[in-house]
Amino acid sequence: MALGQLNRTGWGRLDFGPQTVLPYDHRFEALPDLTGRAGLPSMLPFGNGRSYGDSCLNTGGALVDCRRLDRFVSFNGETGVMRCEAGVLFADILAIAVPRGWMLPAMPGTKFVTVGGAIANDVHGKNHHRAGTFGCHVRRFELLRSNGERLTCSPDANGELFRATIGGLGLTGLITWAEFQLRPVATPFLRQQVIRFRNLGEFFDLSAESDEEYEYTVAWIDCLSRGAALGRGWFMRANHLAEAPADPPRPPGRKPGIPFSPPVSLINGLSLRLFNFVYYRKQREDVSEGPVHYDPFFFPLDSIADWNRMYGPKGFYQYQCVLPTDGGRSGIADILDRIAGSGTGSFLAVLKMFGERQSPGLMSFPRPGVTLALDFPNRGGKTLALLDSLDEIVVAYGGAIYPAKDARMPPRLFASAYPRLDEFSRYMDPSFSSSFWRRVAGKGQGGTES
Amino acid sequence: MTGSSNDPVRNILMFGAYSAIAAATARRLALDGARFFLVGRDRQRLESMADDLKVRGAADTHICTADLEDRAALKTVVDGAFAALETVDLALIAHGTLPDQALCEADPDRTFDALNANMLSQIELLTLIANRMEPQQRGAIAAISSVAGDRGRRSNYVYGTAKGALSIFLQGLTGRLAGAGVHVLTVKPGFVDTPMTAAMPKGALWATPDRVASDIVRALERRKFVVYTPWFWWIIMAVIRRIPAGIFHKMNL
Repeated sequence: MALGQLNRTGWGRLDFGPQTVLPYDHRFEALPDLTGRAGLPSMLPFGNGRSYGDSCLNTGGALVDCRRLDRFVSFNGETGVMRCEAGVLFADILAIAVPRGWMLPAMPGTKFVTVGGAIANDVHGKNHHRAGTFGCHVRRFELLRSNGERLTCSPDANGELFRATIGGLGLTGLITWAEFQLRPVATPFLRQQVIRFRNLGEFFDLSAESDEEYEYTVAWIDCLSRGAALGRGWFMRANHLAEAPADPPRPPGRKPGIPFSPPVSLINGLSLRLFNFVYYRKQREDVSEGPVHYDPFFFPLDSIADWNRMYGPKGFYQYQCVLPTDGGRSGIADILDRIAGSGTGSFLAVLKMFGERQSPGLMSFPRPGVTLALDFPNRGGKTLALLDSLDEIVVAYGGAIYPAKDARMPPRLFASAYPRLDEFSRYMDPSFSSSFWRRVAGKGQGGTES
Repeated sequence: MTGSSNDPVRNILMFGAYSAIAAATARRLALDGARFFLVGRDRQRLESMADDLKVRGAADTHICTADLEDRAALKTVVDGAFAALETVDLALIAHGTLPDQALCEADPDRTFDALNANMLSQIELLTLIANRMEPQQRGAIAAISSVAGDRGRRSNYVYGTAKGALSIFLQGLTGRLAGAGVHVLTVKPGFVDTPMTAAMPKGALWATPDRVASDIVRALERRKFVVYTPWFWWIIMAVIRRIPAGIFHKMNL
């Protein structure tokens, strides 16, 4: 392999070819100059590689590695306004902010995402029905364009670029620093309720009942169950605790990990049936309640380092869609039925209602409705055929797929789900591109030719 | 910090402050509310590091730009640091370069520059700092040497010479200052993934700057004299030092 060529992949560990990685260590630096580099027609900022597919890759172009862009700039402990470089991890922010009574306003299922990645994918969390996406809490950021311009973007200044960059998949330029509003918390603890539901109807009832009173709601689905039990699972809802519990649960200590990738996926039909069977029966009571530290509540999978290796050397696909509230119920039932029928079900199937709060992002994925996320071990054509058949349902119900999780959606689905695509592409940086973008938008390197 | 709590690390002086290992060490120490005097070449980098440390909990930060390869500047910098911090609980010498071995072989001027940047300036600073810390009767000095100084290898013996000499100097200084209650730590990292080594292909032996920083902080708490980081380099170097020269020369290391 040539110097700087790395076998870098997204979190799904699917192979999109070697990547050329160029360092970007400090926010005052200029972008790498591609004019003197034959064979590198475009660049893409790379954070911590937690996007699953190819939206964080740029095969044939360059990745601009931003993980050393990890300095805090300022933090106001009175107002909760934080400013930091784009490569700072959510984990680092939490470590600093929570002891001072502040928490991130919206967090995905892993704390190992960078601030830049959180903006570029406009991430959401278990509180979307209340707080919206992370982009809703971004006050301003600096965007470095390939022509050398540094633009401070906010809702009021360079507002078009601000809205294009939130959810803009890193294609509008490189975010050097960002400023955002944290939310106050009195303690690191939440009170969590875990409730069994016997079918999809009960899930929607629980959601409707809970979203008013609980800041965080999410459900796990046993996606191998069918018929009357279709969509059964556990509903989790929680609120922050104003006072630490008398016997506080301990934060996680040293974590176990998957030290290497097994030769075949550990996730197969048998292990899935076993997991789903056991997990649905994990507690005898239909309802349990108790205090929980924020870390295992928000980031259960972070407790197993490199869990993505469980899927073996071929990696896995994640599929996350959202269906509009109208019709979403039967659409989700169709999707779950299709998956259960295929027998290739998912280890983790997560279901959640998105709320009405609109993100400023032009290309933001969350929209009012119900979202379902699943992962599938990569079995080649068989897996792709199943996902294609799920696409049909998503299209039929007017839904969308999340680019951060995607490695295979067809261009027409992307175009139908993101109606502001043309408006967005006007704000792209001409020297920025990604494997994802070329795949779904049918554009060549540099985003110009087709 | 835990450990011998009669010596809290409050006032910290760093040379090559924004080098990856020093910056990672500073971040850990900032959590306990330390005060910093940061010395480096570039003002913007020092300022952004100071801002970062303040958010992480640093009580106070001073910055000082200096070219540490310029002898004339060093005494003023050290005097300025002791004036600002009054007592120094920890001085960390972390500046250095990775010289191009082939260029050094071709040109003795380049060899001299490499030795100046990685050994002579460190030794001069250590001498100045030792003379200020001895009367304090407390505190610690840590300097970043390298496993490369444990045996001369054909692929990087100029860098190895600088680090080897620095290690020997530190050994002697450790003895001299022990009587004065000043602790000296020689840090010998293996391969560390930093901007200095950005051009090198990475493998299983590579460590993050934060891993090295955590080893440094722990070694200071335990008042160790030498720390290999990560620890397995102690074993690797013990083996490498014992390989007979006739075989070693054929090994293309």
